[in-house]
Amino acid sequence: MKYILMMHCPRTGYDSFGSWPKEDIQANIRFMQSLGKYLHESGEWVAAEGLASPHEARLVSAGTNGEPVTDGVFPEAKEFLAGYWIVDVESPERAYALAAKASAAPGRGGAPMNMPIEVRQVMSGPPKEYL
Amino acid sequence: MTPQPADTSVEHLLRELAPQVLGAVIRRFRDFAAAEDAVQEALVAAALQWPREGLPENPRAWLTQVASRRFTDYVRSESARRRRETAAAIEAPVLAPPPDLDDAAEHDDTLILIFMCCHPALTPSSAIALTLRAVGGLTTAEIANAFLVPESTMAQRISRAKQSIKASGEPFRLPTRRERAERLRVVLHVLYLIFNEGYVNSVGPQLQRCELSVEAIRLARAVHASLPDDPEVLGLLALMLLTDARRLARTGPAGELIPLTHQNRTLWDRPEVAEGVALLTEALSKGAAGAYQLQAAIAAVHDEAARAEDTDWPQILALYDLLTRMSDNPMVTLNRAIAFAMVHGPAAGLALLDDLDRDRRLAAHHRLSAVRAHLLELAGDHRAAIEHYLTAASRTTSLPERNYLITQAARLRESLPLPAS
Repeated sequence: MKYILMMHCPRTGYDSFGSWPKEDIQANIRFMQSLGKYLHESGEWVAAEGLASPHEARLVSAGTNGEPVTDGVFPEAKEFLAGYWIVDVESPERAYALAAKASAAPGRGGAPMNMPIEVRQVMSGPPKEYL
Repeated sequence: MTPQPADTSVEHLLRELAPQVLGAVIRRFRDFAAAEDAVQEALVAAALQWPREGLPENPRAWLTQVASRRFTDYVRSESARRRRETAAAIEAPVLAPPPDLDDAAEHDDTLILIFMCCHPALTPSSAIALTLRAVGGLTTAEIANAFLVPESTMAQRISRAKQSIKASGEPFRLPTRRERAERLRVVLHVLYLIFNEGYVNSVGPQLQRCELSVEAIRLARAVHASLPDDPEVLGLLALMLLTDARRLARTGPAGELIPLTHQNRTLWDRPEVAEGVALLTEALSKGAAGAYQLQAAIAAVHDEAARAEDTDWPQILALYDLLTRMSDNPMVTLNRAIAFAMVHGPAAGLALLDDLDRDRRLAAHHRLSAVRAHLLELAGDHRAAIEHYLTAASRTTSLPERNYLITQAARLRESLPLPAS
């Protein structure tokens, strides 16, 4: 079964990351790389991406003529998707365990950040026949 | 050299030969993991060479020879590596001639391999991947494609599975008589899971998945060839054929699910039904009926009805009664409730579902809501049916199934009387 683990961060998260001490930034990057390697080696990795800063994010919708209408990011939005992992695991419990692992990524001072990770199942199950 | 064969016939031949060649190489070198890699390389070499240059006189011997050469290359480079690392001379392993190359042993190789790949130490997804590669002769890329994961992930899963088998220390032989029944149960379950993954023929990326059903049937045939008298093997093969026979009718042009009652029965594969029924009859003649045989019998009753309204529901209910007695599986109880409703009316079926609400394994399962919705609709309570179709839709993890369930709810909503203004 496939799950997506979504890491959200506050709007200010991207800026504050840049102001961490070099050592903490490097520890965080190393952690993310080793998590990716771990998922590859366990045979559970499907996809993972980190997203660029929300400063350049745009909300796009189709105008009446189908042309894109873009808007800046609404200032009231507090949380942004910072990145995600898609994993193929044997059980929901395993997905939660991996999310907890990601959540404990080291932050400023090397302490675990314990960020909330949203875990959602991907619709990939085989359907059953109906009467 | 024979004339150039078509690509597809080469592919079929290679996949037929794959487990036999692997068995021979394992017997010679006694290293399952490395032999499996060597045989994959030989298969790839053959897939490139044979369509161009024609089949070798003895394709099986060709593959065994190429795989053996790859194996010894691998062992040499490994021992060279070890020599470099430890600076100690390590004797090249003695490549003993095959010690027990009799025909009977060779004939059983496919079966031994299936038992190994469906080792109880493996998780189902690892056993599935390894079985498809080592016994089915599929490439890692093909398996990765079918399960929509990257090739490197699938390669890693297969490699870890082989390590687990190595660590278990299992010798290359059939399980002992004492272990046999339990090990066979695991094998049949893995084949059943492969079949279910490919159950629906759909559009887009799911198209490849139906090949998994075909592959599961092929593997079940191989097990049946080795164990022709086992009634549960017969039962599983029959169940697969009787279910697969409906494949073309099961989905519409956009990949939408079509329920059994609305399927165009002229699209059902009659020869496949006939073969399934014949195998089932043979299985039932061999004594005590097992769970796969009973499920096959239920599928056969459906397949033999010319129209949905001709379905022999009392017969299906009797079969579910037997199945319920055999296992404490809430899914069986749920399906029995449908049969019960078709015989005794929807209210009687709905009453049975109330008991299932208390079963923790099922209480939040989408199938329970879907069946309740269906029975409520039959009972004429459309408002409640809509609610339960939507609950089921919110709980399923299959996209075609979600679409089917919300469409059912929408259809009923449109049939509701307009609210008085």
